[in-house]
Amino acid sequence: MLSKRIIPCLDVKDGRTVKGVNFVDLKDAGDPVELAWQYAQQGADELVFLDITATYERRKTMIEMVKSVARQLNIPFTIGGGITEIADAEALLNAGADKISINSAAVKNPQLIADLAEVFGRQFVVVAVDTKLVEGRNMVHLNGGRLITELETEKWIKQAEDLGAGEILLTSMDHDGTKQGFDCNLLQTISQMINIPVIASGGAGAIDHFTEVFTTTGVDAALAASVFHFGEIPIPVLKNELKKHNIPVRL
Amino acid sequence: MIGIVNYGAGNIFSLTSALSRLGITYGMINSEEEFDQYSHIIIPGVGHAGAAMDKLNKSGLVDKIRSLTKPVLGICVGMQLLTDHSEEGDATLTNIIPLQTKLFDKELGIKIPHMGWNNVEIKNNLLFEGVENQTQFYFVHSYFIEYNPIFGIATADYGLKYSAAVQKENFYGVQFHPEKSGAAGERLLLNFSNLK
Repeated sequence: MLSKRIIPCLDVKDGRTVKGVNFVDLKDAGDPVELAWQYAQQGADELVFLDITATYERRKTMIEMVKSVARQLNIPFTIGGGITEIADAEALLNAGADKISINSAAVKNPQLIADLAEVFGRQFVVVAVDTKLVEGRNMVHLNGGRLITELETEKWIKQAEDLGAGEILLTSMDHDGTKQGFDCNLLQTISQMINIPVIASGGAGAIDHFTEVFTTTGVDAALAASVFHFGEIPIPVLKNELKKHNIPVRL
Repeated sequence: MIGIVNYGAGNIFSLTSALSRLGITYGMINSEEEFDQYSHIIIPGVGHAGAAMDKLNKSGLVDKIRSLTKPVLGICVGMQLLTDHSEEGDATLTNIIPLQTKLFDKELGIKIPHMGWNNVEIKNNLLFEGVENQTQFYFVHSYFIEYNPIFGIATADYGLKYSAAVQKENFYGVQFHPEKSGAAGERLLLNFSNLK
């Protein structure tokens, strides 16, 4: 049976892992390569590296860091941040990334999703969507939640799927950093609406939140950062607890 | 020493990294003559099976691959290339193993691509020596090779039972990515390198 995936997310800035509460007030949580290796040992199913400053500062993700990770890691990983063209994605693929995640660049140029899927296959293309509730509507936001767009989250995700996205990484900006649980209502709506995998993100603070998101929604994976980085939720403990609730996990 | 068929179908950095971690030496194969330098051959591949077959045809190495008697391992799309035909691009493939590569049917209530860790039902086979039955491997694919009791050496379930690994004589194929499948995947690569 296909397992539900547990994905630690490593936000990277200047080659170091950071995690902000609501994307402000950054804390240093260590070396990405070492963290990645530790997570693989603990039983993480996959990793996501997001260069959180990339979009804002127009920086390219560090190819050398990706290579170092690929040399050490025996599980898949995704790279996001600052990918705006085919050449960026190709460099990351050749450095050993399994998937790339695009966010703002896809909103600004939706054709990029189709182009990437055409060249590398849709399994390589994760579309990350940051969403926030504004006057009762779920609206896509950019630049770590700083910038609202005119796109409704549900419509944009459907469009991304139609264009060739292989997976959706959906982060609720209202929940992110709060540790009050995932946005299960929206995640269930999205998961039912599309036929590609969905990664839940934003709000994980306790083991129960993971159980809740897997039992009440159809998401395929759950992503979190600080609860893993600071050892608040050890991955083996989390997976054993999920298994007790008959949620398929890899132990 | 493992030779990797270098026909331009996708990234092999993760594969070579895994071999390096295991202390398995390897080199790249770009011409027919270079096959002779290696005891074992890997055909990698990601992306579109039809496009990958075009590249393999252009490499001029297909007839040589068909004639090989040393162990050959196709990984993911590299495995699919060993089959007769893929629905992806309606492509005619090498037909080294007479099986069909088909698109998953979303009517089965599954998400496509099949992405993540799935259990593998293993038959007794040297490729899986030391790997427990029902071990999970990492898959990412939208097309699958039909189940076949003769050539199938491992199966996975995703909407239906299909071939997770196949073998015909010295030709092996795995649909999952051993280089991304943790310790079990590394064991499989080591087993392959030890096949006689």
